[in-house]
Amino acid sequence: MARYVLVESRDPFESRDVSYFYGLAADLAAKGEQVTLFLVQNGALVSRKGAQGNPLDHLVKGKVEVLVDSFSLRERGIQDSERHPSAKPSDIGNLVDQIMEEGAKVLWH
Amino acid sequence: MAKTLTISIMEPPYESATSTTAMRIIDAALRKGINVNVFAYEGAVSLTVKDQKPHPNPVHGTSVEEEKHPNTKDLVASLFELAKEKGVKLEWINCGLCVDERGAGNWIDGPRRGGPPDFHKWVQESDATLVIPTK
Repeated sequence: MARYVLVESRDPFESRDVSYFYGLAADLAAKGEQVTLFLVQNGALVSRKGAQGNPLDHLVKGKVEVLVDSFSLRERGIQDSERHPSAKPSDIGNLVDQIMEEGAKVLWH
Repeated sequence: MAKTLTISIMEPPYESATSTTAMRIIDAALRKGINVNVFAYEGAVSLTVKDQKPHPNPVHGTSVEEEKHPNTKDLVASLFELAKEKGVKLEWINCGLCVDERGAGNWIDGPRRGGPPDFHKWVQESDATLVIPTK
């Protein structure tokens, strides 16, 4: 089982290829790989509960760990009550820990 | 023995939040006692230009001092200070060809000139590599 850290920095409504990145995370997890999707910058916008067609539930059900950078949430005024429950708050230090894990393969979008 | 992280960046200053996130990652890694290599190419070579100057904000009516808006060269300088304070290494290479085509050769103390073979060597010697692309 390989370890993947996928960092999504873009707003899903900004570009269609963001959905392909979510798809990559889901497909890797479906193949039994260990996958973390780390949302940062405008990538954090998908963690708003009310966003239409939100893919986060599907990703979490598919065993993708979804983390969202707390700094990015604060910058964008996304309160805890507005945040989708499938996106767990995290911080950049945790991202560094994940990147440094032995064998981790890191992709940034 | 301290681990080493190599990061490649290409975003120019003031264009997007990616430069800020890269600085945050470098800062976090140094604070964790991780040695960091930064390979700056394309627009990222302009992050360290010595001649950057802060500015006031006439819309807000603030002076330079009141605005307190650091230039990216100051952020990079502070990362070098942090590395020294934590007793870890921060190596910063500006890609020479990218520097030349942008005329961005007058940089602060700390970075040095290099090229893709340096990045390749770092990748082979590091515990982890992170490539942060631009759009």
